[in-house]
Parts: sequence; C-alpha cells; structure tokens
Amino acid sequence: MGPLLKTTMREQNGIADGFASYIMLSIVAVAMVFPFLWMASTSLKTLDGAFQYPPTLLPKTFRIENYSRIFDSVPMGPFLFNSFKLVILNVVGVLLSCSMAAFALARLSFPGRRVVFGGMVTTLMVPYQVTIIPVFILFQHLGWKDTHYPLWVPAFFGNAFGVFLLRQFFLGVPRDLYEAGLVDGCTPGGILFRIYVPLAVPALTTLGVFTFMNSWNDLLNPLIYIDTLEKMPLTAGLSFLQTQYGSNWPLMMAGAMISIIPILIVFFFAQRAFIEGIATSGIKG
Amino acid sequence: MNTPALKGSSLGRMERRWGLLLSSPYLVGLVFFAAGPILFSWMIGFYRWDNISTPRFVALDNWTRLLADELFWKSLANTAYFVVGTVPTGVVLSLLLAMLVNRPLRGMGIFRVIFFTPVVTSTVAVALVWAWFYDPNYGVLNYLIETCMKLFGRQPPDPVSWLNSPRTAMPAIMAMSVWKGLGYNMVIFLAALQAVPRHLHEAAELDGAGVIRRFLHVTLPAISPVVFFVIILSLIGGFQVFDQVYIMARDGRPANSTMTLVYYLYKHAFQFLEMGYASVIGTALFLIIFTVTLSQFWLQKKWVHY
Repeated sequence: MGPLLKTTMREQNGIADGFASYIMLSIVAVAMVFPFLWMASTSLKTLDGAFQYPPTLLPKTFRIENYSRIFDSVPMGPFLFNSFKLVILNVVGVLLSCSMAAFALARLSFPGRRVVFGGMVTTLMVPYQVTIIPVFILFQHLGWKDTHYPLWVPAFFGNAFGVFLLRQFFLGVPRDLYEAGLVDGCTPGGILFRIYVPLAVPALTTLGVFTFMNSWNDLLNPLIYIDTLEKMPLTAGLSFLQTQYGSNWPLMMAGAMISIIPILIVFFFAQRAFIEGIATSGIKG
Repeated sequence: MNTPALKGSSLGRMERRWGLLLSSPYLVGLVFFAAGPILFSWMIGFYRWDNISTPRFVALDNWTRLLADELFWKSLANTAYFVVGTVPTGVVLSLLLAMLVNRPLRGMGIFRVIFFTPVVTSTVAVALVWAWFYDPNYGVLNYLIETCMKLFGRQPPDPVSWLNSPRTAMPAIMAMSVWKGLGYNMVIFLAALQAVPRHLHEAAELDGAGVIRRFLHVTLPAISPVVFFVIILSLIGGFQVFDQVYIMARDGRPANSTMTLVYYLYKHAFQFLEMGYASVIGTALFLIIFTVTLSQFWLQKKWVHY
C-alpha cells in the first residue's frame, strides 16, 4: 500500500468519524438542554396546559403572567435583592481576604506562616458539614440568627480553596517583580495591589465566578439561618415556593427560570474562567 | 525574604509586619470558622444539648445511641447506595464525553459550553424540573416510556410514580445527579486528555495498536492521576449529597428510602435541636469520608501511573 492510498483512507475515515461524533454529541446535547427547554416551556403554560396529556413542548396558549404572578405569590423582589446583595459581598470578601493571605504565604516571611499554611492544607480536606453546627452556635451567640451576617461575614475571612488557588498563582509570578517593587519604595501591600493583583486577573476571575456560583446556589446555609421569608435569598426561596405551591408547575418553573437566568448570563460572559478554572484547580462548585 | 543578611534589618521587619497584617483575616477565619469548629464539634459530641438549656455531659451516650440507631444505618446505606450508583457511572460517562469533545472538529466549543450548563445552575432549580419529569400522571418520563413501548408494539406499563416508590426514588435522584455532574468532570478530563503527549499516540499507532488498545495502554495510564483525582472528588461530593434530596424527596420520603447522612444531620441539628447527637453524625460522616479517601489513596498504588 502506497502512502497515497493510506492518506485517502484515513481522510474517509475522518469524515465518517466526524459525522458519527456529531451525531453522538447532538444526542448528548439534547439530553443536556432538554430540561432547561422544558423548564422554559412549562413556565409559559397555563395550569391546564401543563396538566395536558400527552405533553407538548410548545405551550398551546402562552401565559407570560406566571412571571408576574410569582411576584405576588412570594416575595420575589426581596429574594432577588438578597441574592444579589449576598453574592456581591461574598465575591468582594473572598477575593480580598484570599488574595491578601495568598500573597503573604507566597512572598513574605513572617512568624506563624507555617501554621497558616498547615491550617489551610488541613482544612482543605474537611467536609463543611463538620463545622456547620459549631459555626451555627457561634453565630447564634452573636445574635446573628435570622440576619444576613452568617451568609457573608465568613467570606471576609477567606477560605482554604481560595487561598490555595491564589497562592499557586502568585508563586508563578516572577519574584523579581516583588523585589523591583521594594527597590522602588513600594510596601508589600502596595506591591500586592499594584503589581500582583493586576497580573492575577485570570485566577481572580475564576475564584470570583465560583464564589458567585456557590453563593447564588447555596441552599443549606439560608435554610439554617434565615427564618423570615423576606430575608431569604432566591435559591432557598424557591424551596419555600415548592412547599407552598407544590403542584403548580408553571409557577414553580417560572421561579426556577428567574433563579437560573442571572447565573446563565454570568456563565455566558465568563465561560472561559469557569471551564479553565475547573480544569486547572478542580475546585468544586 | 530568606537571605540571612536581611534578617533583623528594617526590610525584614517590614516584611514580618505586612505578612502578619495581610494574613490576619484568614488566620482569624481559620481559628473561628475551621480549626476551632472542628475541635469543638468533637467536644459537643459528648454532651446532650437542645440549643437552649445548659449542655449536660453524657460521655459516650451519643456514640452508643448512634451505633444502635437504625435510621442512621439506613441513611448510611442510602448514602453508600447513592455513591455507588453515581460515582462509577459519572466517571465513565464524563470520560467518554471528554474524549468526544476532545476531537479536533468544528463547533466543539459550543458543545463544551452546553454540556457544562447543568453544572452552573443551582441544584434546587434543576431538581425541581426533574421532579416535574418524574411526575406520575403528567410527567414527560412516563410519556416517553409509553411512546417508546407503543412504537415497538408493546403494551405500555402502568405509569410509575418515580419519586413516591421506595424502589425507584433513589435511582431517580441518582440519574439527575449524574446528569448534573457530567460537565464538571468532563472539563477536568478534557484538560488531562489535552496534556497527553501526541507522540505517544503516534508511536502506538505505528506499532499497529487500534483505537481500544491505544486507549487502554496509552491514554488511560497517562491520565490515571486525573481519573484518581476525579474519583476522589466525586466520592467526597457524593457522601455530602443534600440539595437534590431536600427538593425531590423531602424528609427521606418515601419510607426513609432517600434519607442521606447530611439530611439526617440537618434534621437532628436544626429540626430536633439535638446538637450533641447531630455533631456525632457529622463526625461519623467525616470519619467515613476520611476512611474512604484514604483507602482510595492506598488502592491507587495499583493502578495510577505517575
């Protein structure tokens, strides 16, 4: 067999291969997208339309009022406001505290550095359920039950994943830059915010979008701390909607749609940070 | 800076000051939100405490109660069932998916984004729509099954109440969980696949190795550390399952067939206000995760190539 024949065979194989791949990819893509389509479609159906058998993908009569009705059924406005407030505070807090600690661990020598590093590595392995009860007791003693404080104050004290991720990134920034900054009369704090932080934008974006996602999607903590309905963030509010209107699927799907749209918008603009962030660090959402 | 000449100099002093200053918020966080609570949760386990009156020291009572608690064992078994049902399927399917999107074809970026979408959306929102799929009377799943059966000329079965029968409730939740997690593992596998040196594949191909043998003898050994990493992450995540169970089968319904360890902890701590007993459940969960992870680290020596 000459080399020529071999290439053409390979090319033919490649085309057939590509075709088969596209078919398989499309099947999986349908399975991945269908639940969201169904959510959107049900959210636009009337109650009768949703309970129609056989079910149809397109609503027979469109009922956009589900989206306005949901604002009358549950405090949707406060839910949204609370979620955005908590997300912003969490992202700011985590980025600030983690970059500070990460920089100290990566570039500065100070007493207690080994303790901080050891503590970080150890707590990386402990499931959060172990700390949930003692932390609850602590916040309760501070009189923070049924307030938003337990849901954002911890962010300003960093977390092991964030510190670890940023430390690894800062270690990759040439040390010369730190020394050059010192020579120019900059303090270590100034070097962190003027040189290291601007260089670490990709890593900070990754940590930021994951913090956004975790805070927006959190269910357990709001369930534990918040008693007043108006103080609930959206995701936990959805579970309340479910207990109240359990069989009104159009209404619940409208609520679910409202809760996923912001995160989908963030994902759309920051896909790279999401996907590459996981690929390099494996941090869990 | 570590050079001895700088120790004690003004520069060294400045560095120490800034080091303490910058790391102090995290140090406080470590003490109050991580290390302290870990130790404290061991301690509360020796007390009976309803979160209101004074805690009463009961020594090992909570532990003996745990060992005799049938519902604890039931939730442990359910959680193990969930882990066994989701981790291997999830790992295999996401690896296949990663190999599929790793091909140098047009439009792969779009497929990757689509496959990743379930990961970013909240478990609560997607669990709601899956619960709607599983609806016994109007759900899409029963409709699909019925249509398929009719297509093959078979008698359609009675509609299944997926989330209301102890036999099907947990598998239904598992299916949703696998679906939600695929994209996450896929992305990790994709990064690993792209790091496999191309010349290894070419050499194997020249030696006449087929697709399957190349996968088994080149790809799999090369990415085995990442496979191990994904297994560990999935195991730990699996043992912590809560959100989807809370939404799709509140309170372990039906007949405690979906009661998981974290749900059981949540129930005792925040519904029954038994802080001591709940802490013991938390500690047990930690010990279980720790043991399973450790055993995986031991097992990996047999199959992971570094």
